[in-house]
Amino acid sequence: MSENGYTAAEMMAVAAARRLEDGTVCFVGIGLPSRAANLARATHAPGCVLIYESGTIGAKPSHLPLSIGDGELAETADAVVSVPEIFGYWLQGGRIDVGFLSAAQIDRFGNLNSTVIGDYEHPKVRLPGGGGAPEIAASCRETLVMLEHTPRAFVDRLDFVTTVGYGDGPGARERYGLTGRGVTAVITDLGVLEPDPATFELTLTALHPGVTVDRVREATGWPLRVAERVEVGAAPTDRELEALRSLRTVEERSGG
Amino acid sequence: MAEVVTLTEAVRELVHDGDTVAFEGFTHLIPHAAGHEVIRQGRHDLTLVRLTPDVIYDQLIGMGCASRLIFSWGGNPGVGSLHRLRDAVEHGWPVPLEIEEHSHAGMAAAYSAGAANLPFGVLRGYAGTDLPAHTPTASWIDCPFTGERLAAVRALRPDVGIVHAQRADPAGNVQLWGISGVQKETVLASARALVTVEEIVPELTPRPGATILPGWVVTAVAAAPGGAHPSYAHGYYDRDNDFYRRWDAISRDRDRFQEWMRRHVLETRDVGEYRSSLAEAATA
Repeated sequence: MSENGYTAAEMMAVAAARRLEDGTVCFVGIGLPSRAANLARATHAPGCVLIYESGTIGAKPSHLPLSIGDGELAETADAVVSVPEIFGYWLQGGRIDVGFLSAAQIDRFGNLNSTVIGDYEHPKVRLPGGGGAPEIAASCRETLVMLEHTPRAFVDRLDFVTTVGYGDGPGARERYGLTGRGVTAVITDLGVLEPDPATFELTLTALHPGVTVDRVREATGWPLRVAERVEVGAAPTDRELEALRSLRTVEERSGG
Repeated sequence: MAEVVTLTEAVRELVHDGDTVAFEGFTHLIPHAAGHEVIRQGRHDLTLVRLTPDVIYDQLIGMGCASRLIFSWGGNPGVGSLHRLRDAVEHGWPVPLEIEEHSHAGMAAAYSAGAANLPFGVLRGYAGTDLPAHTPTASWIDCPFTGERLAAVRALRPDVGIVHAQRADPAGNVQLWGISGVQKETVLASARALVTVEEIVPELTPRPGATILPGWVVTAVAAAPGGAHPSYAHGYYDRDNDFYRRWDAISRDRDRFQEWMRRHVLETRDVGEYRSSLAEAATA
């Protein structure tokens, strides 16, 4: 908890939510992205269209779902479609503005690992796997990534490429036939990284209040590039904090 | 026409050792009761197929029923790892588990191809990822019209497809609604299909947006009220999110897991006894 009364995790959720404009059609991953997307909907972006990979289009949950297929998502959705349809007609069809993802590891080109730590055949830690992420990052017009900023997560070399950001740099997305622009921002608990327009290498462009560039460097597993002008984001407003804290899963709400 | 039978009979007749079995359900309508019956009957060497293996696959794998898993996301949604799946992949316990891994979009395309009697599905995906290097059923094809290189995934054709639904009639026509995942594709792609249902009603009343599986594409229907728990059945009961959270601690430890399975699955005969055993444990 900082002296202003909010945590780094709350700052991350608020900073990510602010990136979603009202009316954006957003394909939402569970966990951090779902929290931030629902915060956006509860504050400045009530017209945000949330799509979960369970096939729920325009879900308007009043509490945070624990899974991507909680009943409330279906009950509040504009439409519920099958999984082949959501990935085929809606995602691959090019109808989604923003893909909102998290991962276990990220590299300097915004490639993501959510498959395995260590060797694939003899893993140290077997993670859940790609799920919807590879095609979300391939086909959404742009992709936002949220993850905690640690040297274990921000690595020089991924153990496994689950999801492509910018591959090995300029030209890779075109070579792979990926239709969306790729990762446009990585929002962490320390600040924001954005791809350099020429090299596509993730570059520190914003710090959260009270965070230093050195601290971000220490938490990054490669020599981090820093923009000439690094902005300092605004601390969460009372309204944002109140909205974020009232986002609870059903059981948390009922105290169970 | 589908035969309406007991779940015990259905599993005995339709699921054999060594079969490829898809118990589908995307968070909603997961056929837990059918999975428990497969565990009780001691099936082994199964190839399990599912986009989102969760708790019931953790149980099947931890009880040594499976030697292979075809999947795209294996976790406890919103909670974390599947510890039995991890133990099997990382340490070969209780038996080694081979994996064949895809993305959701790839699995969806593979089921759709299977349902349509095509040899493969096609999608824009996999390019630039490390998946194709480890997944022989993901490859590439050039579009004959544009020359675009696209991903091809081998069709999924399970021996048995198992899904849970809300209702069926005595002729085995099935009605399901809410989040429907890939259940229809699974039934149509599989050589044999078993549907467990919340209830068998004299007549299916039309319901907007419901999926209908006519009895003539289903091999067997079995009543299993409550049979999706801890998943849910839209219109019948909610997801038991608390159970998913508790599963993390139960499944983390091999002994505790085995004890739990003995008490709640091996020593119960059906969903009713399973649910009662859970209720007893909660009040004990």
